[in-house]
Amino acid sequence: MKSKQSIPYMVPYVLWIVLFVILPLLLMLIQSLQDIHQQWTLANYANFFRSGTYLKMTFNSIFYAFLVTVITLSISYPMAYGLSRVKNSQFWLLLVILPTWVNLLLKAYAFIGLLSQTGTVNQFLGFIGIGPQQLLFTDTSFILVASYIELPFMILPIFNSLVEVNPSLPNAARDLGATPWQTLRRVIFPLTLGGVRAGVQAVFIPTLSLFMLTRLIGGNRVITLGTAIEEHFLITQNWGMGSTIGIILVVAMGITMYVTRDRKKRGKR
Amino acid sequence: MKRIFWFMGVILAVVGLLFGVKVGLDWQSSQQKSAARMTKNQDQTLTIFNWGDYIDPTLIHEFEQKTGYHVDYETFDSNEAMFTKIEQGGTRYDLAIPSDYMIQKMRAANLLEPLDYHELKDLQEYDPELMNQPFDPGNRYSLPYFWGTLGIVYNDQDVAADELKTWNDLWNPKWNQSVMLYDSARDVMGVGLASNDDDINSTNMSELLAAKGRLDALMPNVKAIVGDEIKMYMVQNEAKIAVDFSGDAQQMLAQNSHLHYVLPQGRGNMWFDNMVIPKTVRNKKAAYAFINFLADPTHAAKNAEYTGYSTPNVGAKQLLPAVVKNNPDFYPSQQTLKKLTVYQDLGLDWTTTYNDLYLEFKMNNHR
Repeated sequence: MKSKQSIPYMVPYVLWIVLFVILPLLLMLIQSLQDIHQQWTLANYANFFRSGTYLKMTFNSIFYAFLVTVITLSISYPMAYGLSRVKNSQFWLLLVILPTWVNLLLKAYAFIGLLSQTGTVNQFLGFIGIGPQQLLFTDTSFILVASYIELPFMILPIFNSLVEVNPSLPNAARDLGATPWQTLRRVIFPLTLGGVRAGVQAVFIPTLSLFMLTRLIGGNRVITLGTAIEEHFLITQNWGMGSTIGIILVVAMGITMYVTRDRKKRGKR
Repeated sequence: MKRIFWFMGVILAVVGLLFGVKVGLDWQSSQQKSAARMTKNQDQTLTIFNWGDYIDPTLIHEFEQKTGYHVDYETFDSNEAMFTKIEQGGTRYDLAIPSDYMIQKMRAANLLEPLDYHELKDLQEYDPELMNQPFDPGNRYSLPYFWGTLGIVYNDQDVAADELKTWNDLWNPKWNQSVMLYDSARDVMGVGLASNDDDINSTNMSELLAAKGRLDALMPNVKAIVGDEIKMYMVQNEAKIAVDFSGDAQQMLAQNSHLHYVLPQGRGNMWFDNMVIPKTVRNKKAAYAFINFLADPTHAAKNAEYTGYSTPNVGAKQLLPAVVKNNPDFYPSQQTLKKLTVYQDLGLDWTTTYNDLYLEFKMNNHR
């Protein structure tokens, strides 16, 4: 009875999923099985796994995405924890989220202005006597900017899960003699794991295929799979290879979701 | 919950309001357009499809005054985008200005109308050296609009004029971490090929591999491989040297007096943007009128002064200031020109090979 009633509500969902998720994925899969002359082939996949270039690129992407995730997590957790403890926390949180309202390209150009040879940071370094340094086009600047951009997506879910923690649980822990550190580690952190997981997924997966920043901030000295996809679609017009990399990214993301999934088996004591 | 509904309501109201304003504005402009069409009927309109900021706008006005045609000026930002728009049809472009290899591709795809030489005037003004190029033998489909070269921009605060004379000078260890490259497979591979004194349209695998090896050796000197931002970076003194087109160079030079452009000796690339009449043409008469209008040396000179590109119009070149027309980097001698080659459309397979090698070169960058 109840399930029958909910059928009309499922229509938009099913339409959406079929039109915008399943069909595009199928198209991409079909593209990835064709070469530049539209012949069916597995050569794209063979190419990917045989050539050192793509494997190295994959390794690079995962490595950078990992670094960005670790950095944003280690900044976000204490920040979210602090924010969840202050008055008007929603307002302070809003200030952290605010930069996401600004277009990504504008933010990238702002960083170019900050980090360039004649930029603000180098002027300051010159002022304190260190002298201008090469900041743009380095791994450090790429990771800095990528972390800055991804940070809000890490803070939000962690903050929400922290707010949802029932305050009587940490209170009980304190009453039973746990130190603040123990309370955080044994009670609060496990209770907010869901938020951390959501944050890691929201940061790691998009960072794997960041591409605009690799050129603007990284000067193509940082190359990720996103760069290769952009190149294959826009310049080489080798859609097959581009789709192949896309499919491999989708699989990689699936694996990430699986590894970080919510394990239902609890109460292992 | 109530607050959420309020919030959503406010957002919806704002969106609705903005949409209303947009519909109103669209309606207004379409009214104006149809009014304009009423007075100057359909065959009085000329639709030009050109690169952005690639014509002196006062020339369009002058043309409208002189001929009574109404000009619709539309722009594109890549040859590929232009190709797609013309190929898919549904557009009414009377005149387009694609680059060399793209003209070859459009010709092969049957997207161009042959030029009717009875309709063309002032043909003697076109420099014969710049006519009859391999992408359009006998200029059956196209006439040059602007042309230029691929070369090196340097900052005279760090680089002396005699330190960059040939492509090979880029490999000087002195330029460690100082060279910016324009992110394009054909151009970067072209530099590698030219420095080995090989043809930049090479379809010889061992030559291509040699070029790639040569580029790998350049990597320590490469500071970054960037897109159009290269102009901004050079103007801001971010790098000492950049490999870029003469047209981009001209724009940088105008903004920073320390920058100079040099056309390296030996082999290299020469590019053309030519006027063509695509198959989408509706008003051939107007298209020819515009081509003839631009063939007039005073008009061509005005356009060249506005854009800063090299004009193929001999009469117009004479009208330019002496510092411009006598600059061998922008108007090289015939002897120099003989060594330069235009890119050819190499077909899918070789294009892919070029791109794969280039991607490998870019990957090889770990310091």
